[in-house]
Parts: sequence; structure tokens; C-alpha cells
Amino acid sequence: MAETSHKQPVEAWITGIGLATSLAEGLDAHWDALAQRRVNVDTTGFAPYIVHPLAPLSFDKQIPKKGDQRQMEAWQRIGTYAAGLALESAGIKGDTEILSRTDMIVAAGGGERDLAVDSAVLNSEAQGDSPAGALNDRLMNDLRPTLFLAQLSNLLAGNIAIVHGVTGSSRTFMGEEEAGVDAARIALARIAAGQSDIALIGAAQNGERKDLLMLYEFGDFNLKDNYAPVFSRGPKGGFALGSGGAFLVIESKAHAQARGAKPFARLTNVVADMSRRRAPGDITASIDKLWAQLGPVHDKAAIITGATGAEPATSEEAAFLRAHADHPARATGTAFGHIMEAQFPLGIALAALSLSRGALFPANDTSGLEIETANAPDQIVVIGAGHWRGEGMALVEAIR
Amino acid sequence: MTVTHDKFGRPIVVVTGMGVVTSLGAGKADNWAKLTAGESGIRTITRFPIDGLKTTMAGTVDFVPVEPFSSTVLGEKLADIATEEAIAQAGIGRKGDFPGPLFLAVAPVELEWLPRQELARATGANTAIDYDALLRVSGGGRFTQYHHRFLFGSVADHLAETFGTKGSPISLSTACASGASAIQLGVEAIRRGEADAALCVATDGSVNAEALIRFSLLSALSTQNDPPQASAKPFAKNRDGFVMAEGAGALVLESYESAVARGAAILGVVAGCGELADSFHRTRSSPDGKPIIGCIKKTLADAGLGVEQIDYINAHGTGTPENDKMEYNGISAMFGERASTIPVSSNKSMVGHTLSAAGAVEAIFSLLTLEHQRIPPTINYDVPDPAIPLDVVPNKARDARVTAVMSNSFGFGGQNASLILTREPV
Repeated sequence: MAETSHKQPVEAWITGIGLATSLAEGLDAHWDALAQRRVNVDTTGFAPYIVHPLAPLSFDKQIPKKGDQRQMEAWQRIGTYAAGLALESAGIKGDTEILSRTDMIVAAGGGERDLAVDSAVLNSEAQGDSPAGALNDRLMNDLRPTLFLAQLSNLLAGNIAIVHGVTGSSRTFMGEEEAGVDAARIALARIAAGQSDIALIGAAQNGERKDLLMLYEFGDFNLKDNYAPVFSRGPKGGFALGSGGAFLVIESKAHAQARGAKPFARLTNVVADMSRRRAPGDITASIDKLWAQLGPVHDKAAIITGATGAEPATSEEAAFLRAHADHPARATGTAFGHIMEAQFPLGIALAALSLSRGALFPANDTSGLEIETANAPDQIVVIGAGHWRGEGMALVEAIR
Repeated sequence: MTVTHDKFGRPIVVVTGMGVVTSLGAGKADNWAKLTAGESGIRTITRFPIDGLKTTMAGTVDFVPVEPFSSTVLGEKLADIATEEAIAQAGIGRKGDFPGPLFLAVAPVELEWLPRQELARATGANTAIDYDALLRVSGGGRFTQYHHRFLFGSVADHLAETFGTKGSPISLSTACASGASAIQLGVEAIRRGEADAALCVATDGSVNAEALIRFSLLSALSTQNDPPQASAKPFAKNRDGFVMAEGAGALVLESYESAVARGAAILGVVAGCGELADSFHRTRSSPDGKPIIGCIKKTLADAGLGVEQIDYINAHGTGTPENDKMEYNGISAMFGERASTIPVSSNKSMVGHTLSAAGAVEAIFSLLTLEHQRIPPTINYDVPDPAIPLDVVPNKARDARVTAVMSNSFGFGGQNASLILTREPV
């Protein structure tokens, strides 16, 4: 491995995909679910909020030690599971030599609360039963010591290192949707420049959390009452939080070929920016700019977008899509809900999967933005515009 | 002709601006004077009630007012102060227009107790307050500002807007190694030729009741509360934990070529960065020491330096029984016989453990060590630990010839990162 500043960038391949979402786990099951236009949505459990609950999975299959599972909260279990699937898919699970130099970038949230402890504190304070230090006593006695480790953002990566032995390096990016974009962007930039040979990137979210719903409810971002596809949510819009994890193994072509790995697709470019979003049209302009930076995009390229459903970002992105109406588009939020940091890695994963299977999965939206196509895509552009900040785009290409 | 690339053909990365805030004060001058005088910034906590707590002291930054208190707001303000100082020193760009990307090490952002209590009051209930009740009052625009405030990307969003950094700002956490990781990301971007300059900031304002209790429940904190100034005892036999602290560090990194071209004063060189993850345990490092040793080896290799060329180690040195022992083992394995003679000191004995900020704060102190040719001490070192026979520069600063410093950072979740800083390009 040698850095190649100012030299020809190293080509990067996607050689592993791990998906565990509200639809399914594993690639075949996801492909089938997408073909059937399945949507797994819970309209009652968190009513009036709509969430996409995690499909049933047996965590033991990727996290064999119960002790490890107990040390994690749901978001970490989902992520550690999906990361295991990605390593398996790349054929490097258990390969200590490769894992010991695999660079990991996880995009993470964190901060899962103990709802019972919080509620108990708030009730006792409301009843006037709160002398100085009452909060201290409650927290000292009621907080589980291990909860802290489940709240820390970098402990998803920590758990992946412990459970799967990925130890080349461990970095955690935070910052909602854009953290997922930047994880892919930095991993690719490092491989392209010869700073890294192989990387595991991805993210996970447990969307079935009232504390998380609360954060987004402050901004009135949650989809309420009735489910609708992403582009058909009316002027107020909204996103439905989803549970799920998406992880990718990305490596230099030479590294993949040397170990005989079969690629799903090439990760050609990842670009990102952060518009201040001051005026109407700013988000569309930012997406336009990224499209121009991406490199040559052919007329037949498909688009997979992580459009959240939140406004005004989704309408502004729809304006971009209408201006590129000849490109068949698919919004992952319709079937998967919004898995936040994981939405962009999910988009890249579905792009790579589609390219490797020589087909784009069917449209699942009646707004007219998603057109059917029988063409085998050569290129898929992945879009990730955050509900509040950040715009990102990736170009994923077929390897023929 | 100036050599602008290192022996591996990569652009040399230099530091042209630094800013720092800790419990000792704001700015490099104040911090350096107190650090080399062996002063402690640790004090008894007055920010919130300490009744019932096992640990009652911390390195709080009380001279930056935040009312009502919020750890996220304090972290943001500390980052602002440090960044202003760094950019002013570098004299780079124009006001609000920094010509490069932002890499921010920041504590994971969470909704705090004051807003949670405000929501509870808004429910109008005094029984059956649960998250369903809180959710019913959360929307409708009354608390919109809490959405923006408590997004994980909110501090980076603010800094990017205030200082006009370019592109998508990166917020990162590698726990207590975060500050070093932010610098590493900046170095890598410049080496790739993506940017001529990068702004690397690390900040932490985490001293609130719940954060302190979380570390306390993991038995990570010192409980030697009285006197607070003597609580942090890195490498001493009577050390019993780290002391939480607040602070921020900001560095303007530039390619040597670009710094020379614009006539900037060069404060030092980031010669090498290295990292290695530990898969042994969530809070403890591998008993065989291999990840720490591997991290140091990778850092030396990245700098193209031999271990004999390092003449001072700015230790992670938290003062927990475990960290200091493991760090000694790593140093001992790497430095062999020199392990007992090379100076190794811990700034945390004075400023406490600034958590997400520590890697950057200590990188700045390492660069000041190079500039002043004077090594800050490890204070509160009265009872040497025979199991850790290091020259910890006990209690008094020391003048020394220093050409290359290694600064170590280790964190929960198996995070290990090291930096090598030099006065001149190597």
C-alpha cells in the first residue's frame, strides 16, 4: 500500500454487502421483497407515528455470544449483525489477516435512553419530590452501567471490532444522514489515494424508539397517521423512522483480484456538500452541483435516492428528479423508512446489488417520479439529501 | 529549493495556527504559563448539586458562561474560542471564509435534562409522565430549536457556518482519541491533495450530572476529591481514576508548500499519524498490549522515523490504574531500555481528561513543548509506582532538547491513535 497523491486514482470495488432491515435480512430476501414491492410498516405500535419495524432476525447467527448481545442496545445489535453479513458476503469473515488491516468507518447516532428511568425521574420531580441531588441519587441507583456503552456513538464500531475482529482502524462519524455519505466518501478517497486497501463502512438505526421520535417531533418531521410513499406525502411531508443496518466492504480492485473476490459493482465517486439552505431552491442547486461533479453520467443511468419525505428537502429533490425524468428513480424511504445515517449506505448497497443482478428493482410510488425500466443499468447514482442538512451523491457502476 | 514533500512523496503537513481552552484558561499563553508552572485546573464542581456523588471535582471551564447550562452549547462555545485563536494566528483566508474542510471531534450530542424537564412541565401533568406524554407536547413548533440543537451534526454545522469551511463538515467520535483522529483526517486530506488547508477542532463540555455519573458507574473516575487539585495522579501508585474535564483545541493544518507560499509562520509538523483498534473489551485494552504497540509502530512507520528519534512522549496518562499500566507496557515494549529515561509526561495531571478534546489539546501542548523546548510536568507525582518505572517529569517542568514528540490517545471501544509532531520537516 503506497499513497498515490497526484497519481491515477486506484479503482475501488464493492465486494461485500450486509443488509438487515424492516424488509428482510440478506441479499436474496431483499431482492425478492423489492420485486414484490413489499413494505413493512407499523401504524399502531407508536401511533400516531409510523415506523418500519425490524424484520425478525436471529441475532445469534452473527453475534454468537449472549454476553455480547447483552452489552449492546438494539441499534448496535442491528449494526453488528449487518456488518457480519457484509464481511460474510465479501468472503472475509473470520479471515484474521485481512480483518486486522481492514479500515472501519461507522456512521452512528447513539444515545438510546432508558425510558423507564427518565420517566421515573420526571414524575418524582413533578411531584415536588426533588431536593438538591435527587437527580444524582436516581441516576446513581437506576442507570445500568452498561447502558453508557450502548449510548456511546463509537461503540457500534467497538462492538464490530469485538464480535467480528475488524481492527485495522476504527472511526465513527456522526451527523445524521451526512455521516453515512462521508463514511463512504472518506473510505473511497483513502482507497483511491492508496491510504487504505480495504474498508468496512456502514451504519444502523433502531427506529422503534420514542426518544428518537421525540427529537424529530421537535421539528415536526415525523410522518403521522397514514402511511404513504415518500413522494406522495403532501405539502407537510414527513419521514417514517425505520429500523435497519447497511454495511459495505469496499476494496481496491487489485486487493480484490489478488484474493479472488467477486465484485458487486465499482464505487466510482462519492461527493458531498452542505448548503446553508437559506432560500427556496438552495437544495436543488446543491444537488445539481453534485451531479455535475460526479463524473460522466450516461443517459440511461438509474437513480436511487434516500429522499426522506421531509419538507422542503424532498420537494426540492423531486424538482431535480423531474429535470432528469428520463433516469428511472427509486426512493428507498418508501419501503425501508428513514434509517438516517444508514440511508446512504443502503442506497449504495441496493445500487451495487441491482448492478450485479443486471436489473433495477420495480417502482413503488405512484407520483410519476419512479418510472419502470427493463434496461440493465450500467450506472446508478445514489442521492442522499439530509432532512435538515447535507447533500451527498455517489456514482456506482457495473463491472463488465 | 524548499522540499515540500516527505520521503514517501506525500505533501508535508504543517501547523500554522493553534488555539486552546482548558480549565486552566483561554489561549495558548495562559495555558502554557500555568502548565509549565504545574498548576491544576481541577476544582470542586459548582455547576450542579454534588450531593450523593462519589466524585465531586472536575476540570470544568466555568469562565465561559452558558445559561441555562448545556453541555452541547458549552462545547460549541469552547470550539469557537479555540478556532478563533487558531485562525487568527494562521492569518489564513478571510473572516468567515476558511479555505478548506472542517474535521470536528465532538462528544456525542444528546438531549439533556433541562430540556427534558421543560417538556415534562409542558405536559401539565404531575403523574404518569412518560415518553408518550412528552411526545404529545414535543411538536407544533414550540421546541423546534431543540431539534436543531441536539442533532449530532449541530456543532459542526455551527462551526462550518461561522468560519466558512468548505464542503461537508465531518463530526467524529473515537471516544477519548477523537482529537487525534480529527487531526489525522486533516493530515490525510492534505496528503491526498484534496485540500491545501484543513481546520481540525476538538471540543468537549461534558461535565453534567448524568455524564459524570455514567463514568462513575464504570468506576473510571478518581474519588480523591479533597483537595481537588491533587486528584489526578497519572503514573503514581496512588492513582485511582481519571478526572473529567472540559476544553477545546483547534489547529490549522496546511501543506508545507502552501504555508511557505503565503509566508505563514510554521509552528510545527505533523510528521505521522497511526491508529489501531483493539477487539479485546469495550473498556479495557488487550492484556498483551499488542494494539497499543501496533498503534505506535504504525505511527512511527507513517512518519518514517525510528523509535530512537522520539525524544519526548506526551502520554495519554489518564490516571486510571489500567490505562497507565497498559501505556507503560506499550512504551516499554517499543522503547526497550530507553523506556526508563525518555521523558513521558501527562498534561491530564493538570487539566484533567478533556475526553473528545484531549487528543487535540495535547497535540497543541506537544507543539508548544517543541516551540519552548520545555517539557510540562506530571504533577501530583509523590508516590512512584514501582511497576511503572518511567521518567514522568515529576512535579516540575524541565528544559530539554526536543525535536520529535509522540502524543498518545486511547479510548473506550478499543480506540488507539498516536501522532508524531516535529519542529522541522523530517
